[in-house]
Amino acid sequence: MTNGWNDIKNADLILVMGGNPAENHPCGFKWAIKARQERGAKIICVDPRFNRTAAVSDIFLQIRPGSDIAFMGGLINYVLQNKKYNEEYIKHFTNAAYIVKDTYNFDPQTGLFSGYDPEKKKYDQSLWGYELDEKGMAKKDMTLEHPRCVFQLMKQFYSRYTPEVVEKITGIPKDKFLEVAKLVAETGAPDKAMTHLYALGWTHHSFGTQLIGSMAILQLLLGNIGVPGGAINALRGHANVQGMTDLAGEGRFLPGYLRPPRADQQTLKNHIEANTPKAVDTSMNFWANYGKFYVSLLKAWYGNAATPENEFAYHYLPKIEKLISMDEILDRMYRGKMEGFVSVGMNILASNPNVKKIAEGLGKLKWMVVVEVFETEMASFWKYVDDPSKVKTEVFLLPSTLFAEKEGSFTNSGRVIKWKYKAVDPPGEAKDELWIAGQLWMRLKSLYKKEGGKFPDPILNLTWNFQNPYHPTAEEVLREMNGYALADLTDDKGNVIVKKGERIPGFGVLKDDGTTACGMWLYSGIFPQSGNRAKSTDTSDPSGLGVYPGYGFSWPANRRILYNRASADPSGKPWSEKKKYLWWNEAEGKWVGYDVPDIKPDLTPDYGPFIMLPEGRGRLFCAPLVDGPFPEHYEPVESPVENILHPKTPYNPVIKIYKSDLDLLGNPKEFPYVATTYRVVEHFHYWTKHIYGTSVLVPNMFIEIPEELAKELGVKEGDKVRVVTARGSAEGYALPTKRIKPLTINGKKVYTVGIPIHWGNEGVVKGALANMITPFVWDPNSQTPEFKGFLCKVEKVKA
Amino acid sequence: MATVTTEGTVGLGLRRVSASKSPDQSIKQADQLAILVDISSCIGCKACEAGCSQWHDLKPSLNVGQGMFFGYQSGPGLAPNLFMYMRFQEHETPNGLVWAITKYQCMHCADPGCLKACPSPGAIIQYANGIVDFDHSKCIGCKFCLSGCPFDVPRYDANNKPWKCNFCIDRVSAGLEPMCVKTCPTNALHFGTKEEMLIRANKLLQGLKKRGFEKASIYDPPGVGGTGYIYLLPHGDKPEMYGLPKEASISPLVSLWKGPVKLIGSIVLWGTLLGAFLQLILFGPIKVGKKHKKEG
Repeated sequence: MTNGWNDIKNADLILVMGGNPAENHPCGFKWAIKARQERGAKIICVDPRFNRTAAVSDIFLQIRPGSDIAFMGGLINYVLQNKKYNEEYIKHFTNAAYIVKDTYNFDPQTGLFSGYDPEKKKYDQSLWGYELDEKGMAKKDMTLEHPRCVFQLMKQFYSRYTPEVVEKITGIPKDKFLEVAKLVAETGAPDKAMTHLYALGWTHHSFGTQLIGSMAILQLLLGNIGVPGGAINALRGHANVQGMTDLAGEGRFLPGYLRPPRADQQTLKNHIEANTPKAVDTSMNFWANYGKFYVSLLKAWYGNAATPENEFAYHYLPKIEKLISMDEILDRMYRGKMEGFVSVGMNILASNPNVKKIAEGLGKLKWMVVVEVFETEMASFWKYVDDPSKVKTEVFLLPSTLFAEKEGSFTNSGRVIKWKYKAVDPPGEAKDELWIAGQLWMRLKSLYKKEGGKFPDPILNLTWNFQNPYHPTAEEVLREMNGYALADLTDDKGNVIVKKGERIPGFGVLKDDGTTACGMWLYSGIFPQSGNRAKSTDTSDPSGLGVYPGYGFSWPANRRILYNRASADPSGKPWSEKKKYLWWNEAEGKWVGYDVPDIKPDLTPDYGPFIMLPEGRGRLFCAPLVDGPFPEHYEPVESPVENILHPKTPYNPVIKIYKSDLDLLGNPKEFPYVATTYRVVEHFHYWTKHIYGTSVLVPNMFIEIPEELAKELGVKEGDKVRVVTARGSAEGYALPTKRIKPLTINGKKVYTVGIPIHWGNEGVVKGALANMITPFVWDPNSQTPEFKGFLCKVEKVKA
Repeated sequence: MATVTTEGTVGLGLRRVSASKSPDQSIKQADQLAILVDISSCIGCKACEAGCSQWHDLKPSLNVGQGMFFGYQSGPGLAPNLFMYMRFQEHETPNGLVWAITKYQCMHCADPGCLKACPSPGAIIQYANGIVDFDHSKCIGCKFCLSGCPFDVPRYDANNKPWKCNFCIDRVSAGLEPMCVKTCPTNALHFGTKEEMLIRANKLLQGLKKRGFEKASIYDPPGVGGTGYIYLLPHGDKPEMYGLPKEASISPLVSLWKGPVKLIGSIVLWGTLLGAFLQLILFGPIKVGKKHKKEG
């Protein structure tokens, strides 16, 4: 979330698209209800199903799964054509005025941007950059009239997305679309704001990143980023999945979104240079600090063994040749290229596409460790293998702890880190993960000490300063993340601000000379000398805007609204009294307001609010995305219709199509219906079916089908049906519903079939794994699978 | 299964007691309590349903297997081991689709049909704060409460004892809100005095009307003297969309023996007792016997 949960109450319009917060974030959804009850905000829900959010929304639009970019393109076009954008905002706070190189091009006939290599299925992204002047600054046309300025290119690009085209692609009638477009566009007024709530309904596509990019464009055009009640709010699904992401849950990051060394970065200097952008405008260019964070991380990890002479132990880290993401791991496993696997608190079998491929892959491992609180489908994957007698994988199931059985912190969607205390002891021999990690580490270390090995240094020299090295505490780890001084730190005048050995007050004091250690720069400031700020429970809200600055600690630097400098106009005055949040105090020469300024406090208003970018401005044109600088509508890989914009390029041209014998894709002749998977509020993933009290609430796996389709198939509520795709099938009870209507897509009748995911082979209640039928297709930017929008047929199961 | 008694709640003060001609003399002035169910903010998450079962230490049935599928509902409805449930109904209206999701349980009528129908002195009581409760030690299992209830609420267990929502009288007596209210994540449930709840409901009603729900209304059926659970219904002209009777009232048969003629009343009373006795002999034991056989 660029804002936070509580801030939703400040919205004038709440657009829920790509998520179902009433279902999946019921506690947070109360802020949407509050906005409506107290401010008369409207809630609009755009979804393939009339879901629980729709049940309490003011307007519901049923959209075909996988057609969301067309809808967004339509909204962007509407705002541009009707001049509903905040002109000052886009001129000064976005790259609208930037002039793009003449090597950039988009061909609406083929649906391809310039620089496409059909063999490698890759773009040459260097063709898409800005024109720079002799000083390396981006060239701009503040009149926004230059034919190659971002604004004009964008206007031309989205002119194809007329309400008629939106209707043909999405199935949303033109008049309904225009009704919503008008409401959305009204929030371009300086005293109004729209917030957008999304979750996996947008990420689970082969163009998920582009979808979120399309909302970034719309919200920037309307001036809704950085202001109270605005934002793009990604609602995270697990209590601490944000924390997991921040702490490098993905292979492409190190903690705090730093990067792992690459094979072509043979020195620390190479690596830091490659990751330190140069400002192209008046930008704080925050990533200029990359080196400070990186060296401090290496110092936290390797302490005295990290010296300037050995490039701060940079060479202890493996240098990767290519990104190994989840799809790549699972594919390698299936091809028999992996030996072992450790799974901690994750059910990769149930939660990834094409269960059969994953199960067969797990069956090719030598060993697997599963750290879990239940015997999950992952641990007993052999039940999903064709011939279990051939499985040689030795599985070690280590009983672990649930959230209430250990202390630690949660980072919520709004980036607020809050401490939670242990409530009960874990049952039996179950141990918390820190105990497991401590035991494992100490044993590994002693093996390396005894036997040497090829390269023992990174293991033997790792900092492991815990009172009980076999069982570190969560607070000890958090202190390490916060960081500490390895020498007295001084300010410009030579005054000591942090004494050697003390914990630092925040990432602002980090250095790249080895005098600071910080395990996670982004969380720095959470545990200063004064204590653990995640434990603070001050519920005062001086501004009344739901900022709650003393409740927990919000990364970065306890900021509640990101890019909050944009809540004031280019001169530094609030856009409106209603949305007053941060402003420039001319007399004091600094930013003041209700929150920690998201900019250097004394940096003059001419500096852009988007400090993480070398432009300092939000990107309406985003060259770093691998599949194009503007979000374009591509069909899901399995689609019931042709891409009416460019039939020759139906789906995302840069996605990787896996070609194993189990990577099967279906066509609309054999599989005529669109399927989408989702969750129900009563269940949490594949866990709560292990508990009686939650199992009784929705005990049976079911399939939601439009009433019209049920009639065609001769199916009544409670009949058993089977959803079949090219990959496999899943059975459940039929639930014919009025809440999913047949859609007319470019003249063709299209049915949507809904499949909730929560069942499996283990637990109090059992049922089919929804991912038996989903395609092994992934977003090329984020490597997220395409669960929303694939092809199926439905059969009645004979009793 | 345990039984319900009034033990521990004697200090609360009673307003009415079943089959007793006058209210308890120890009557205390107490505010009428109410729960407001704001349907327009309810997402049907069933946190209340789960919380209710947990607080009352119930183990609701696991409805699995052929013929046991109830869509988004946990089951077919109330049961002796399920005091409340969420009801899901889909309706097409001129203004579009409505997914009516309703919390359903004992309504705690101000004029309780169950209590009026009950022939056994003290088996059903109404506390001064309006909560209607059962006392199993005095219940004769005649099921008359069921016929007196306009909302089809009480459910009998294998021991022929009726069960229903008791408004978490134990929590309420200790100054806590009922469990369902405690668990509600969207503030769709509000708890307080009836007066407060009506004020709040009216405020929310104005908001609903402003949003275009012209027929929105507060469901507080006068046929039963108003209820302890009041509902804010967006489509207030059609309470049946939410599974609530449009005209909730006590069967005229039940009010007969509460009539002005004491003699007739007495005859009816004794008649009902006789009927109850007969029913007990004719039907009660058969069911109980069957159950015992199964368990044995």
